[in-house]
Amino acid sequence: MKIYDLIIIGAGPAGITASVYAARKRMDFLVITGNIGGQAAWSGDIENYTGYQFVTGQELVRKFEEHMRSYDTNVKEGEGVIEVERIGELISVKTNKEKEYQAKTVIIASGKRSKELGVPGENEYKNKGVTYCATCDGPLFSGKTVAVIGGGNSALDAALQLARIARKVYVINNAPKFGGDTIMRQKVEKTVNVEILNDSSVLAISGDKFVNSITIKSGKEEKKLFIEGVFVEIGLIPNSDFVKAVEKNNLGEIKINNRNETNVPGLFAAGDVTDVPEKQIVIAAGEGSKACLSAFRYLAQH
Amino acid sequence: MAKNVKVYSTPTCPWCIRTKQFLKDNNIAFEDYDVGSDHAKADEMVAKSGQMGVPVVDIEGEIIVGFDKERIKASLGL
Repeated sequence: MKIYDLIIIGAGPAGITASVYAARKRMDFLVITGNIGGQAAWSGDIENYTGYQFVTGQELVRKFEEHMRSYDTNVKEGEGVIEVERIGELISVKTNKEKEYQAKTVIIASGKRSKELGVPGENEYKNKGVTYCATCDGPLFSGKTVAVIGGGNSALDAALQLARIARKVYVINNAPKFGGDTIMRQKVEKTVNVEILNDSSVLAISGDKFVNSITIKSGKEEKKLFIEGVFVEIGLIPNSDFVKAVEKNNLGEIKINNRNETNVPGLFAAGDVTDVPEKQIVIAAGEGSKACLSAFRYLAQH
Repeated sequence: MAKNVKVYSTPTCPWCIRTKQFLKDNNIAFEDYDVGSDHAKADEMVAKSGQMGVPVVDIEGEIIVGFDKERIKASLGL
């Protein structure tokens, strides 16, 4: 089997930046990723990425991808990693395409994904009324009654977007009060077709072919809301399940030191999948660069 | 003979934009339906695909949900 210098898992801001550095260091490497751009592709307007006073997530990702591809980088797109483990001096990466790759170093830059509710009906009605992207699927619910689940900024943002499209928006928040920015909260509270249900949680999602209702527990009372769309906005979890050998914090984020090293030799991590304190595109990009330079140094020493 | 390709999408969804860009890059002509504003086309998309996620690509009746590059390539012989 071919042995690569480096395998980069993920092609969001961290993975793509690592790939640019790897290409410029003339490393023999491979990028394996489910998609290009990761969460950055879903971001609306970005106003804090240096050099761009304003750019959309799509546009920034297009620029990132162009930069990555300008080096003839080998990118396995649409391939999901299912296992990473160190075997002897090498690291093995297995994917859902029944392939195995080996490398001397690996950078995990697999980011985060939307957290699921974990209630009956959620899986069954995925894309049949249950969605995790208000920006994408919102327009399909014009004139309908929908529910946003969550109480943070992303839930508030989804509620505001949907209020312009839908007939009525319920916001189901399991805390007694809203989190998120005060300005956004006040905006939502002032919107006439939004009804906020605090101290409430979803028990089940039901329907026939598509969603037609949810059962919620509001305070002590159980009730049914007749809605056609469920927008789940309860936060993110790291894509770190496929690697068992590394230390993680209680959120499942991979623990790294300031050189992006994990506790496993040759295995590095970067960006939102790690316990790096802030989750920002510009930080993920910087972390990707650091991780690649650390991997390069590791190769020189081993 | 070029195949009849239809894309059902919303203006804001990243996978829709990528799907259409991929088709354009490969010089594939297609009809683009914004299911956010065109309710009849939205209903048509749901009926065809049995689900509400975008994008949906219809290649001569073969329904592909999401930006499934490999299936699109196979179906178009790219």
